[in-house]
Amino acid sequence: MKDVNIMAFILVGLLVSLLIAIFVSPFASSYPDGLEKVAEIKGFLEKGEEWVLWKLSLMPDYSIPGSKNEKIATGLSGFVGTLLVFGVGYGVARLIRSKRS
Amino acid sequence: MAFVFSDHASERRVEMHVPDGFVSGGVNTITYIISGGVSVFAVREANKKLGDKQVPLLGVVAAFIFAAQMLNFPVAGGTSGHFLGALLAASLLGPWISCLIMTVVLTIQCLLFADGGLTALGTNIFNMGIIGGVLCYYILVALKSIFPKNKGGYLVSVAISSWMSVVLGASACAVELAISGTSPLSIVLPAMASVHVLIGIGEATITTAVVGLVLNTRPDLVGTYSYQDARTFNTMEA
Repeated sequence: MKDVNIMAFILVGLLVSLLIAIFVSPFASSYPDGLEKVAEIKGFLEKGEEWVLWKLSLMPDYSIPGSKNEKIATGLSGFVGTLLVFGVGYGVARLIRSKRS
Repeated sequence: MAFVFSDHASERRVEMHVPDGFVSGGVNTITYIISGGVSVFAVREANKKLGDKQVPLLGVVAAFIFAAQMLNFPVAGGTSGHFLGALLAASLLGPWISCLIMTVVLTIQCLLFADGGLTALGTNIFNMGIIGGVLCYYILVALKSIFPKNKGGYLVSVAISSWMSVVLGASACAVELAISGTSPLSIVLPAMASVHVLIGIGEATITTAVVGLVLNTRPDLVGTYSYQDARTFNTMEA
């Protein structure tokens, strides 16, 4: 088997990630996750605080404030987040590499 | 982390890393210091290890982890879990780059999506980046030396160490909650460990599938795979 070209590998990986974030994440389970469920059962859920960042953050809880359609908002915030994480990750890696001594 | 529930909020999908208020200021301060120190060390190590191929790979692994973390899957009893990804990153890129990837993902989740508290960011990086990425990398290395030196033995090591990354990360979280006085250890540790034993099965399934897929397409990108059936040896220096 011939090696897949590295750029093709990266692009396919990014494309798959974007498709997951846009089209699959809106249909993810809405049950509370492990920590939240434990917090609920063991009675410390109310200790969690919604502080100022909650209001400042652009897409709190992977939704878009004021949006009517939750599924589209989730997919859209997933799209933005995935691209941003790729860009920041790539940028950080390039920055670290460029400082090679 | 919309846990100040209103009627409609309970319908919403909830993502939750450790929010503000669960873990005490003292614990958060200590984990911030540890995570900060480890991050500085991780940048230095990454500086030695990042080859031409690893630069875009770091970006795409981070993007995949972010996207896959959004996919909560149901486990028992009305509870969901989601992918962590630290061991996936560690098996491809080593412990320190894995820790950096988790730091990037967790920081963006915190700042842009309010997923995980800002005061608890050090704690989340500690639990997922340092325990999940760095400690479990060394568990992977130890398991590799026990199991057969072939693809099967390697993938079994990946499966077990990725399962452990979820269980150990959650257990560390339980210890932090106990030290913070949020919930007694005798209650919160068994509760956290037992649910994450199940979530870890999902983690092991996804991690093993993805690592197996990369081994079949670009074995040279799996940095911790060093057996003869891979075409290239140590790949970090591309």
